[in-house]
Amino acid sequence: MRGAFIRTLAELAECDSRIVLLTGDLGYAVLEPFSDKFQDRFINVGVAEQNMVGLATGLAEAGLIPFVYSIVPFAVLRPFEFIRNGPILHQFPVRIVGIGGGMEYGSNGVSHYGLEDIGVLRTQPGITLIAPADYEQARSSLLATWDLPCPVYYRLGKDDKNVVPGLSGRFELGRAQFIGEGTDILIITMGSIASEVASTIEILYTQGISCTMMIIASMNPPPVDDIEEALAQFRLALTVEAHYIIGGVGSLVSEVIAERGLPCRLVRCGVKVTPNGITGSQEYMYRAYGLSAEMLTMTAIQAIRELKC
Amino acid sequence: MREENISSYHIRKIILDQAKRANVGHIGSALSIADIVVALYANVLNVPDPCDSDRDRFVLSKGHAALAVYAALFLKGWITEESLNTYCEDGSVLGVHPEHLLKGIDFSTGSLGHGLLMGTGAALAAHLERSSRRTFVLISDAECNEGSIWEAVMFAAHHRLSNLITIVDLNGQQALGYTRQVLNMSSMAERWKAFGWNVKDVDGHNVSQMIDTMANFDTKSGSPHILIAHTVFGKGVSYMENQIKWHYLPMSDAEYQQAVNEIEATK
Repeated sequence: MRGAFIRTLAELAECDSRIVLLTGDLGYAVLEPFSDKFQDRFINVGVAEQNMVGLATGLAEAGLIPFVYSIVPFAVLRPFEFIRNGPILHQFPVRIVGIGGGMEYGSNGVSHYGLEDIGVLRTQPGITLIAPADYEQARSSLLATWDLPCPVYYRLGKDDKNVVPGLSGRFELGRAQFIGEGTDILIITMGSIASEVASTIEILYTQGISCTMMIIASMNPPPVDDIEEALAQFRLALTVEAHYIIGGVGSLVSEVIAERGLPCRLVRCGVKVTPNGITGSQEYMYRAYGLSAEMLTMTAIQAIRELKC
Repeated sequence: MREENISSYHIRKIILDQAKRANVGHIGSALSIADIVVALYANVLNVPDPCDSDRDRFVLSKGHAALAVYAALFLKGWITEESLNTYCEDGSVLGVHPEHLLKGIDFSTGSLGHGLLMGTGAALAAHLERSSRRTFVLISDAECNEGSIWEAVMFAAHHRLSNLITIVDLNGQQALGYTRQVLNMSSMAERWKAFGWNVKDVDGHNVSQMIDTMANFDTKSGSPHILIAHTVFGKGVSYMENQIKWHYLPMSDAEYQQAVNEIEATK
């Protein structure tokens, strides 16, 4: 995603000189399509994320469109107050680009994980939140939102090879995208874990369980009507996210179910405890926290059994 | 009011009047920067119109002293007396800390350690646009406790932002005590010099000295500039000077009257 995003950003910068890119000293072998071409609009601010967001606020006040780039927790959590008091409260077009939502940084450990970025930022109504599912959607979502007048957060994965089958890069701000027409379970997801969900759905299909996948890349504005309409068709829904279960897509769907009084059982799959310090690859971490396709399959089957009891 | 009325007396009188009317504190902090604000708004800032996109920018990073700036905006004619009189009223945009919705306020502040970062971004924007406009940022000495300040200090020096002029209100006080007791910020000039800034020490109550010093800052020198303004917290009101409690307290009727009498005597 990050590669496609930066290449697309470089295309946009070709046509719009307001675009500048700041990095907190990260992005080796990723940012070059932009930094090589637009040396006067690319700044490595050093390892100083608070300053990076403050600088971007000052740049945006002057009419520029600054993108700030770092790994998710350093892009969001370290400078959170600067994001709140800067671009959000001023409503300036700063773009926060966080790489590696969830546990993509694997054995780097929890300091590098993005487990609460959407939850933290979803407390702020004044920022658009985009969590693409694959690199094609990263590109289309950037093309759809890069020149919005207000701040935007992009939560990007590192994978630039795989796509979610059937998504075909579809994106619409404030809407969800659907894949399949299964009738047993609605599985709602955000971000790069969508590919794990796709595998889950394939396994479930072999066991006679048909699912519809709902991808929410537009976490704010949230596709509330799409969620309500889809949930009305199902007795059981699963949310799957590489994020704590509080604050992300599971919380969003819970809010819709509660506020609109929907008779749908919800099972939230996500990270439920503070990581204990044992690390490994993303695949290992998914297994450890119940988010691998195999474990999601077991969770889905168990939920169906409970529904029938 | 016209520009020639932007005097230390007028700024201080408005600070006292409005703080009394609204029954709020932060009076000592506002009085501390009153003369700096006079220097900036009467002579230094090039802002023909607050909506001019190529105007000089000003960031009051120590936002809690905003009343002094509101006084200047009023004296410039950018906000009305009616608006000024809403200070700290329900529904007013003139709160204790400045909001950019108010004409003449470039950036909202209030959280210490943020304004210099945004100001550095504003200076960078001018640099990228090859504009000659300057950015002025007024910070407090205690604000330099914030690590974020030094991120911006390093950045501005590295990127040779000589269109960035920072003023530190060195009054030696902070919310709960004197800076030398809370977190020693002594050798302020040496700290900034070590980071590559052009440093000038001035009397923060000598308006003409500050104007002359800022006028002589070379905005093509390759170094950002820091004016270390040695000030007295609560300057101009004898019972407030160097007293911690006037970071917080509103004035009684008697205290207000004494303060006004002392300010009037300097007229």
